[in-house]
Amino acid sequence: MTYLHNIGVYFLMIKEMFRKPTKWSVMKTLIFKDIDDLIMGSLGIVAFISFFVGGVVTIQTALNISNPLIPKYLVGFATRQSVILEFAPTFISIIMAGKVGSFITSSIGTMRVTEQIDALEVMGINTINYLVFPKFVAMMLYPFVISIAMFLGILGGMAACIYGGFSTLEDYIMGVQMDFIPFHITYAFIKTFVFAFLLATIPSYYGYYMKGGALEVGKASTTSFVWTSVMIILLNYILTQMLLSS
Amino acid sequence: MIEVKDVHKSFGEAHILKGISTSFEKGKTSLVIGQSGSGKTVFLKCLLGLFSPEKGTISYDGKAYSDLSDDQKRDLRAEMGMVFQGSALFDSMTIAENVMFPLRMFTKQSKSEMQDRVNFVLKRVNLEDAHNKKPSEASGGMQKRVAIARAIVNRPKYLFCDEPNSGLDPKTAIVIDNLIQEITEEYNITTIINSHDMNSVMEIGQKIVFLKDGHKAWEGSNKTIFKTDNEAVTNFVYSSELFKKVRQMYIEERE
Repeated sequence: MTYLHNIGVYFLMIKEMFRKPTKWSVMKTLIFKDIDDLIMGSLGIVAFISFFVGGVVTIQTALNISNPLIPKYLVGFATRQSVILEFAPTFISIIMAGKVGSFITSSIGTMRVTEQIDALEVMGINTINYLVFPKFVAMMLYPFVISIAMFLGILGGMAACIYGGFSTLEDYIMGVQMDFIPFHITYAFIKTFVFAFLLATIPSYYGYYMKGGALEVGKASTTSFVWTSVMIILLNYILTQMLLSS
Repeated sequence: MIEVKDVHKSFGEAHILKGISTSFEKGKTSLVIGQSGSGKTVFLKCLLGLFSPEKGTISYDGKAYSDLSDDQKRDLRAEMGMVFQGSALFDSMTIAENVMFPLRMFTKQSKSEMQDRVNFVLKRVNLEDAHNKKPSEASGGMQKRVAIARAIVNRPKYLFCDEPNSGLDPKTAIVIDNLIQEITEEYNITTIINSHDMNSVMEIGQKIVFLKDGHKAWEGSNKTIFKTDNEAVTNFVYSSELFKKVRQMYIEERE
């Protein structure tokens, strides 16, 4: 019953997010601040992880191809497919659930604990619109982060491949270009938009509705990370089944 | 003026407010006092419209809150100022931005007009040099003064304060009390303060409402509280030996 109640409250929060909008001049500032905090602030860690994980995917693939009959360009092909289909949209989203999700939960949760949300409510402000909507809008730029992750993952794979001596640059590039299906990009970005929505709303829900003090803020951040990750994995499976298995 | 008639509020099985009726006049500082758990905070949140009473009415200058539309309620809330126990300043903003916030949200003033008003209000609470500080860089007393400045910047009709003196040293507490009383009289605001602080009760309690177990157990002022025979009030207000002696001296002096 508690789970059903929480799901109901979550959907009511989403409905409330679009009601009674905050004055645009104030909302604009909040959106730019959240773009800076959530999107720009994540670029460094996303770039670092993408580059090196792309490299690792390439090395693992190359080392597992021992049969001389298998062409070397397959390394580039496997790296591209892994990075575009799964690594960039899903793996990076799990990392973002930790980085961005815990930031959102703890910042809103701290506002709840220190009565800042009550102060906004007393002023007659729709606090859910004020706090959650800018994060939702900022996260709509998340596909931009994932595009960078895709590019750097393939670039990291290329660097590892060449400097590790697993294949030539030409073979790698040929592999990356081979049998390219444009719908895979569409599929990856559909997933990315869905995950962006989850990354903005689930942590906000746990921050907004938390009760207690500083200890509970920490617990809410952990719970939010767990449930955001669970929902990302679950929806990843459902979307893959719906979009690719036809 | 705020009029409260037979207000009841429960949370599940717990009946917190049991039929409170009273009124709070314009231009006067009214204090709601009582032991922890007596229902003060719930009562204040009912007055603020954060909780809806199950029974009874709360009227603001003759208009019952429950009869107002959502837009009218929002307009009414824009006329309220609130000073929270922990100040509730926005961490991400400077002191000046905190004070300017209600103006940005609810007025169409130009930036220079807003800046002028912020300067005026911060000067009024003796914080003219603190514009660019963050709340975390301010002392407890300064934070309370910023909270008062934010509460009055949009010229509210009603000012609510939840234990404005908690955590402050006695000298700063008196400064805050006097500031609230001066502002109340200066701007002709209806001010309601939740307090545990007996100095506040004696100094600025132009009207005092004593709550006990969700009931209004006594009502009076800082003049009449010395003379009351109400056992619940005397047990609460004069619980310390010092206040017992003060009361005795006051009565003897009067006689």
